[in-house]
Formats: sequence, structure tokens, C-alpha cells
Amino acid sequence: MVWSLQAIAAIAGALVLLIAAFLIGETLPVLQKVGFLPFFTDPAWNPTEALYNLAPMLWGTLFAAAGSVLLATPLGILSAMFCQYYAPAGIALLYRRLIELLAGIPSVVYGFWGLVTLVPLIGRLHPPGPSLLAGMLILTMMILPTVALTADASFAKVPPAYLQGAASLGLSRWGTIWGVVIPAAKSGLLTGVILETGRALGETMAILMVCGNVVQTPQSIFDPIRTLTANIALEMAYALGDHRSALFVSGLILMGLVTALVIVADAIAPEENHG
Amino acid sequence: MTTLYPKFETSPTSQHPDSSSPFICTEQLSLYYGPQPAFEQVNLAIPAGQITSLVGPSGCGKSSFLTCLNRLTDLISNCRVTGRIRLGNLDVLDAKTDTTALRRRVGMILQKPNPFPLSIWRNLAFPLREHGVRDRAQIDEIVETALQDVGLWDEVKDRLKAPAQSLSGGQQQRLCIARALALQPEALLMDEPCSALDPISSGIVEDLIAGLRSRYTILVVTHNLAQARRIADNVALFWLQQNSGRLIETGSVQEIFEAPKSSITAAYINGVRG
Repeated sequence: MVWSLQAIAAIAGALVLLIAAFLIGETLPVLQKVGFLPFFTDPAWNPTEALYNLAPMLWGTLFAAAGSVLLATPLGILSAMFCQYYAPAGIALLYRRLIELLAGIPSVVYGFWGLVTLVPLIGRLHPPGPSLLAGMLILTMMILPTVALTADASFAKVPPAYLQGAASLGLSRWGTIWGVVIPAAKSGLLTGVILETGRALGETMAILMVCGNVVQTPQSIFDPIRTLTANIALEMAYALGDHRSALFVSGLILMGLVTALVIVADAIAPEENHG
Repeated sequence: MTTLYPKFETSPTSQHPDSSSPFICTEQLSLYYGPQPAFEQVNLAIPAGQITSLVGPSGCGKSSFLTCLNRLTDLISNCRVTGRIRLGNLDVLDAKTDTTALRRRVGMILQKPNPFPLSIWRNLAFPLREHGVRDRAQIDEIVETALQDVGLWDEVKDRLKAPAQSLSGGQQQRLCIARALALQPEALLMDEPCSALDPISSGIVEDLIAGLRSRYTILVVTHNLAQARRIADNVALFWLQQNSGRLIETGSVQEIFEAPKSSITAAYINGVRG
């Protein structure tokens, strides 16, 4: 019994290590040839001529993810708050179902909608249209369910004794939420933010469809960008040799970002309940 | 002992406990969860400045009775309360009654200590801020007075920023009492405040409650008859009759323990029933 569970756990753990080892193995040819630094210092991304600057795409990924997390987090948490503490039961239920539905829409559908609706709208506001802004907005919609549902679940887990205690001290509803519920739900809310950030960093299809995919460090939110994920998806079909190897470096950097995120989350988490 | 709290926005109805008149009076008070009555037709006058103990077996509506008095019943969705509760001139059950002001006058302590997941200091300071005390020095002063009142000050004064959850169960319960006292209530409702604590902590909290006599009107639900006898001035016995809680008898501690009028009371205090 126990050994089979151990085996399953070992397989799950080994998978991650295998993928990491594979990624590193695939990047070795180009890393051995030019080293790691050129991926941030080369004058351009032109892998067929051995120019490998990934920095603009790293910025694209970071800006798009950061923008969407900044938009989705307050939206998601405030809407979960409304759902738990203000909305009548019927509306709360309807709202939860809608959010779950939002979570179930495939990313290519978001991308398609963004391409035919959102991009032209932004284009009218400020050409060209495919832009960092479009990427942020599409990502916001995609990660909103993650943060809204985790926030809703962590609010639901707040012990009723806290709410009773707050009510018997004559605290207002907003005072209770701000002073008691949020500190009590902090670790759950943080988990939601980590999950949504991970999803925003890794999203590929939708963002590829609306961001324009020009390799450049954006100067404004209306500039087209290319993310690291889109870079892999766009070029993998024809990449050979060092070019292919360089694409795996994109993947390695992404994996590094997510690992950093997990480390940061672990570093913050032990402080929960310390108010 | 009379500890003076620094004044803050005195509530207009605040006055010294006057033992000649009841602090709270219930008339034909009944509470139903859906169709099921928790207790019915309770007429009880709770003398000001004294400790009144509600005793009786489990499930006879004692705790439900407490939650009516500060309208915590509002939080329960299928709960219906009928009858009247008078607190001075205030009609407690009136829909127009300001529950925030009511709950500041009538504090509550639950069975299981429920400090908020905040620091020790913030557990007291945050409700004060919510009730309009903004001045940091004044908050510090009230926090210290309240913690001294419950005998916690010397134990925690060097770690006020530590999480309240790091305190022991007995300390947490005293913190919760201090949190209620900081708002300068007139009455305290206590729902088995000692029963979730170890014997030593339980003794400390019991002494604390006895020490608050005459400064506050205290209503304490307990399963522990010996405790009721030790700390209460008055006792009210609840009993389950026809599947609903009833108030059987009220009286001073002597009356109830030495000359009970009801045969149920006599059997209960002698340990024959309940």
C-alpha cells in the first residue's frame, strides 16, 4: 500500500525533474557556444544570425503579467467579498456559476474574441491595436476566475467565531471585513495571487493572438509586444540547431520565473496569522 | 476596586449600575429556529451590577437566550424572536434599534476564546478605532487599562505585537474579556466562558469574573453548578419541557441552592436530574 503511494509520489516528483533536466539539456548546445549573458545583451533577437536577446520578450511577459495581476486581484477579491458578505444568496450563486464558466472558456476562444473585438477597439483609441494593453486585458479576464474563486473559498473558510466576535463588538460590516476577515483569509488570498500570476506568466495562445508579437521592449501600453511563451509557439515550427536551442532558453527563463514566484510565496507564507 | 477608563465619546445612556432596578428585562421572550422553539415565554429581570447565572442542562436555550440580548440572533438566517426585551428605555428587538450601539453597551464572551488573527494590541485597538477612538495615546491607555483589568498586562506588556494566537487558551479568553471591556460596556454576556479552558485557567477566569461584580451587569451561562454557586448573586434555571426551553425558577443563590421552590430545581441542584 505505502510503497505504491511512494511510487506514485516519486513519479510525480520525477516528472518535474525530468522536464527541468530535458529543458537544460536542450539549451546546452547554445549556452555552451555563447554563454548565458548574450540572451540579455545581444543587440537583437535574430537567432539565425546568432543574435539572441530575449530581454524585450522577458519585459513583455513581465509587463503583461504584472498589469493583469494588478487589475484582476482587486476585481477578484472585491467581487468575492461582495459575493460572501453583501449579495443575496441567489445573486451570489449566479455570480459563482458565471465565474466558473469564465474559468472554463478555452484560451483560444479568449484570444479569438480579443482579436476580433478588443484589438479593433484599442486600435480606434490608439493605433495599431495589437498591444500590451490588449494582452493585459485578455489575461485579466482569464486569471480573474482563479483569484475570484480562491478568494471566495478562503472567505468561506473564515471561522464563524471571528464573525460572531466582530458582530458582538458592534463592528460594522466593512470594519469586520477589513479588520478581521482579510487578515484571517490572508494566506488563501495570497495563494490565489500566486496561482493567477503563474497562469498569467504561462499563458500563450490568447496572448499570441492579441499582442502583435513584435520583438521590442514596450514604451507604452499601446505598443505591440511579444512574450516568451509566444516566442516559443511562433518559432518552434521552423527552428533548427542553435535557434531551436535558444527557444528552449525562453522556456528555461519562464521556468525560472515561476520557480522564483514559488520561492517568494514560501517566504511570505509563514507570516500568515501574525497580523 | 474601581479602575477608571479614560473617557471616550460617552454614550448618552451610560450610567452607573443601579442595583435597585433591573438592567435588562425580558417579557414573554421566545426564540424559534425555523419551526423549532429553542425557548419560550421567558420573563426574566436581570439586576444591574450583579452576576446572574443561567444554569440548566444542554439544549434548553440558555445560550440562545444570551444571543437575543445583543441581537446576535440577527446573524442567523432562519431565527425568529418574539416578545420584548427592555434595556432601560431601549426596546432591544425593535428593528430601528442601532445594534452597533447596543453591542457596545452589552459585550459578549463566547465559550471558545476567539481572538482575531491580529496582534495582541490590535485585538483591542482595532474595535476601539472602529468605535471612533483615533488618538494613539488614548488607545494605548485604554488597551493597558483593559489588559490590567483582566490581569494580562504583566504577562503580555513586552510582546503586545505578538500574534494573539500565540497566547494560551486561558490568556486568550482573558484577552477576549479585555477586548469587550475596552469598549466600556455596561453589561457582559458570557456563554460558558470557562468550559473550554484547563482547570487552572478556568479558575483564573472565574476569579476575574467575580472581580468584575458591581462594575458591570454580568450574565453568565454555565453548566457548572459549583461555579454558579461561587460567583453568582442570582441564578436562573432553564429546563427542557415539551421539547422547548423554559425558565423554571429564578432567585438569589441562597434561595435556589437552599430553598428551591420547584421540585425540578431541587432535583437538579442535588444532582438527581440533568
